[in-house]
Amino acid sequence: MELFAVFLPLFGALCAGFLVFVRAPETGTPNRIDTTAQWVTSSAMILAAVAAGAVFWDVVLGNNPHTVELFTWIDSGAMEVSWAIKLDTLSSVMLLMVTTVAAVIHVYSIGYMSHDHSIPRFMSYLSLFTFFMLMLVSADNLVQLFFGWEGVGLCSYLLIGFWYDRPAANAAAIKAFVVNRVGDFGFALGIFAIFVLFQTVDYDTIFAAVAGKATATMVVFGIEFHAITVCAVLLFIGAMGKSAQLGLHTWLPDAMEGPTPVSALIHAATMVTAGVFMVVRMSPLFEYSDTALTLVTVVGASTAIFAATVACVQNDIKRVIAYSTCSQLGYMFFAAGVSAYSAGVFHLVGHAFFKALLFLGAGSIIHAMSDEQDMRKMGGLWKLIPVTYALMLIGSLALAGIWPFAGYYSKDVILEAAYAANTLAGGYAFWMGIAAAFLTAFYSWRLLIMTFHGTSRASAKALAHVHESPKVMIVPLFVLAAGAMFMGYLGFESFVGHNAEQFWGQAILVLPSHPALEASHGVPLWVKYLPLAVGVAGIALAYVLYMGLPSLPGVLAGRMRWLYQFLLNKWYFDELYDLIFVRPAFYLGRGFWKAGDGALIDGVGPDGISAAVKHLAKRAGALQSGYLYHYAFAMLTGVVVLVTWYLFGHGS
Amino acid sequence: MTQLPILSLLTFLPLVGAVFILTIRGDEAIVKRNARHVALWTSVINFALSMFIWVHFDTTTADFQFVESKPWMPAFNIGYKMGIDGISMLFVLLTTLLTPICILASWENINDRVKEYMISFLVLETFMIGMFCALDLVVFYIFFEAVLIPMFLIIGVWGGPRRVYASFKFFLYTLAGSVLMLLAIMAMYFDAGTTDIPGLMVHRFPPERQTWLWLAFFASFAVKIPMWPVHTWLPDAHVEAPTAGSVILAAVLLKFGGYGLLRFSLPMFPDASVMFTPLIYTLSIIAVIYTSLVALAQEDMKKLIAYSSVAHMGFVTIGAFTLTVQGIEGAIYQMLAHGVISAALFLIVGVVYDRIHSREIAAYGGLVHRMPGYSLIFMVFMLGSVGLPGTAGFVGEFLVLVGAFKANTWVAAFAATGLILGAAYMLYLYRRVIFGSLTKDSLAAIKDLSLREFAIFAPLLVLVIWMGIYPAPFLDIMHVSVANMITQIDSALNASTAISVAGQ
Repeated sequence: MELFAVFLPLFGALCAGFLVFVRAPETGTPNRIDTTAQWVTSSAMILAAVAAGAVFWDVVLGNNPHTVELFTWIDSGAMEVSWAIKLDTLSSVMLLMVTTVAAVIHVYSIGYMSHDHSIPRFMSYLSLFTFFMLMLVSADNLVQLFFGWEGVGLCSYLLIGFWYDRPAANAAAIKAFVVNRVGDFGFALGIFAIFVLFQTVDYDTIFAAVAGKATATMVVFGIEFHAITVCAVLLFIGAMGKSAQLGLHTWLPDAMEGPTPVSALIHAATMVTAGVFMVVRMSPLFEYSDTALTLVTVVGASTAIFAATVACVQNDIKRVIAYSTCSQLGYMFFAAGVSAYSAGVFHLVGHAFFKALLFLGAGSIIHAMSDEQDMRKMGGLWKLIPVTYALMLIGSLALAGIWPFAGYYSKDVILEAAYAANTLAGGYAFWMGIAAAFLTAFYSWRLLIMTFHGTSRASAKALAHVHESPKVMIVPLFVLAAGAMFMGYLGFESFVGHNAEQFWGQAILVLPSHPALEASHGVPLWVKYLPLAVGVAGIALAYVLYMGLPSLPGVLAGRMRWLYQFLLNKWYFDELYDLIFVRPAFYLGRGFWKAGDGALIDGVGPDGISAAVKHLAKRAGALQSGYLYHYAFAMLTGVVVLVTWYLFGHGS
Repeated sequence: MTQLPILSLLTFLPLVGAVFILTIRGDEAIVKRNARHVALWTSVINFALSMFIWVHFDTTTADFQFVESKPWMPAFNIGYKMGIDGISMLFVLLTTLLTPICILASWENINDRVKEYMISFLVLETFMIGMFCALDLVVFYIFFEAVLIPMFLIIGVWGGPRRVYASFKFFLYTLAGSVLMLLAIMAMYFDAGTTDIPGLMVHRFPPERQTWLWLAFFASFAVKIPMWPVHTWLPDAHVEAPTAGSVILAAVLLKFGGYGLLRFSLPMFPDASVMFTPLIYTLSIIAVIYTSLVALAQEDMKKLIAYSSVAHMGFVTIGAFTLTVQGIEGAIYQMLAHGVISAALFLIVGVVYDRIHSREIAAYGGLVHRMPGYSLIFMVFMLGSVGLPGTAGFVGEFLVLVGAFKANTWVAAFAATGLILGAAYMLYLYRRVIFGSLTKDSLAAIKDLSLREFAIFAPLLVLVIWMGIYPAPFLDIMHVSVANMITQIDSALNASTAISVAGQ
């Protein structure tokens, strides 16, 4: 069953990939080959989701965690790595979530991409992505995790640059891959450090040995460090890249150049949560390093607030949601940082539903508006597309953490745990999280109001086109909306409530010295209600600013020009990186090439020597003047020198 | 285990084919056709023969296998001796695989002096296989040097506009290193009284002499690998060489240096190797970072790939000198993977060069519109070069870096920046050539891969994925030999420490 869940998407991807090459380009729509590709990949995905459901039933509800070994991958000395499918609660939850969201998005894509020219290629990439994602979550060792990790990165690259005629899409695709590689650089070093420390990269062996290495040290860069901290911090750098955390987040907003289903699947629901998944998966390791946990908390909390501030001023509907994703990932990280791993995963799963819903809803809007993404050119759409409006509203309520939607439950637990951690970092995370919750509600309603309410700012021509999306795009959204509405309520007891211990089994380790999640049930009442209160306040502010006094935001932006520009330009990260990394790299490359290789090495080396030889030969040629007295003079000089040398050299 | 002199057969069969081509007479068109067919079939049969080694190779012993030994100059204790172990075996197969591919790749684009061209390639194959199989220093040296001649001709006769400059640069660079190696070989002979390679491997050279011998060998190998700063012949040679010349140069000739380090420098001069390890690390790290940055700035496709080769070979030298199982196996694997991937990348450039006659990146753009199959194949090998897990490139780099991290974390960290830079220059290349709109008139009618071209790529495509997903059959071949080599080196090092301790 687990083989079906993991490999059916690969099968779908290969079939659709094959169809790319048999597709006759000039035939009318609907093209039979396009339809075949859509059917094969979508049904494979739905079957995979069913299989994943069966796996979840067996592993979690039947309490039967196990590992299926496939075959050896790399075997060199002590480095032994296998292809395997590890099934415990964590991977089963992820398996089910990924296949479900992927199946929904495959079906949605049938409608969304119906006018595209390369449908089989798109479906193939989507399925291939899902396969890599499943390999990632079901790995039983770090190297297979890395395989899935880079594989999803590849598919992300391919899908961001799916419309390869657009220079911006190509640039964004490369940026995504390279920035992720920066994170992977840390991740790879983390794997090496773990191998050196534990002599293995298998999870189970590492986890069994970790307590024994709790005080081990490791010399890195000539300095002696706490070994587990080194491993955990390096791994976390990888997680920061993949999950777009502060510093390595710059690729995610640009990734919105890809088609919207891609943004929903990869850049909201699944791939970007891989970093969180990895930290949770490695919880037995992180638990033994308070330094690493503190780092995770601080980075997560900082990202949560940073991205929320930027989201408040963006005008591109997808970019708002992208920054929102970035911010929500920050919540998941600081949950993990205060050892409330299960709360992080709870938020991860809920977020997958409501954020995919928001993205696909945004996709419906963009589809309806004939590819317009700028919210300043929208407004007043709710009467024209009421179903989409309702779905977006559900997604926003869940995102803003309003009772009883999914986000309410998970965000509350996370904030309570941060408060209950009773550490400096926990306190920082709590207050940043509260502030970000306020901003989250604000920008969500800013988005809703700018898009759906007020008088329309769209051209009459665009408005005339506005229509509700076809069923094939709307029905899948109902599945996600159901998740966004009920996931929190249904999952609460299992994920973080009374049944949590039994639900998670051995999948997550929390040391007794990190009781934040336990303690979160006993926090003061004001802590419990504050998140909801700031959420409502954020919504209220958005109404005041954008419905009540629509002229006020412009005035405010004008008054605080500096702040507005700073936020609008995303804290100038892109400009900074361009200045300190990208330009110097090209400058150095050119310099090394022309000056290093050209002038210095070749100039002194082969070309220099050959020039010198030529020069000498010319001089030697000049010596052969043909005049007898020249030769005689030279001979005489030689004799004098020889005699002198003989006399003095031998005499002494 | 067998009486069949399989290695000599593999080595000299191409030479027989070359002689056969020499005898072809008649109408020019017929001569061309026959020369091509004879060359192709000779190399294909040779590849089939080499499968015999693949099947019969014993992975449980570190001894040399398929050994043949004939007295040659008995007075000087010099013999004709051939044999392979887990370190050299896969290189022989790499050579026999790539030669037919190269001949097939030259099928249509070489129309001038076809007969001589095919002879050069077959002779080259003889020398290359002989080099990897030789178990006598003199035999090794002869093959090692002889390779230069056909390669020099291939670049100098069938090359591009600056072929004379490039071929001389190539020849002089490599010859300069080799002269020093010849002196070292003589010194070794006088010290050990034999040129038998297995014998020399157990002979203990005094540590101070090792230093000089090591440096002399290194001079030759560093040029071949090539290591920074003696790499500047490579971009020129690649740019000017015909496609198949670039392929064989990158895929096989560059491996001579790495193979030499593993066969001679490490086992025969272990003390010197340890002493010079910091030097190797430094030069390799510079190679990885410097040439990756240079690759980023290139405007010529072949030059870009040539520079990326230098960067990838930097990983090889790092891995070899970590003296860890992972490092050395990674180094060998990286060489094999690079052999497959760089060969494919040069072939990929060749495909569009045959159509448009330009290697300028700026001359292309938007090829995906007309050449989807080509774009897919380019993508796979681009990812292999980037070291994506699941391709051959990953396994080698990964193992090398594991070994490096064990040996020295600084080295691992610096070398791992190659992962980032490698992704940057390859993706940037791919974007400029393949993606974008197809606006250039010269590309408007460009055709996708022909069946012949697809046949060239198919085996490489299978290999790059196979070696990435199931590398066990290849790694299994190396395990025992590498383990044995490390044990030998360790015991030699321990012995010399014991001596120096005792001397104090």
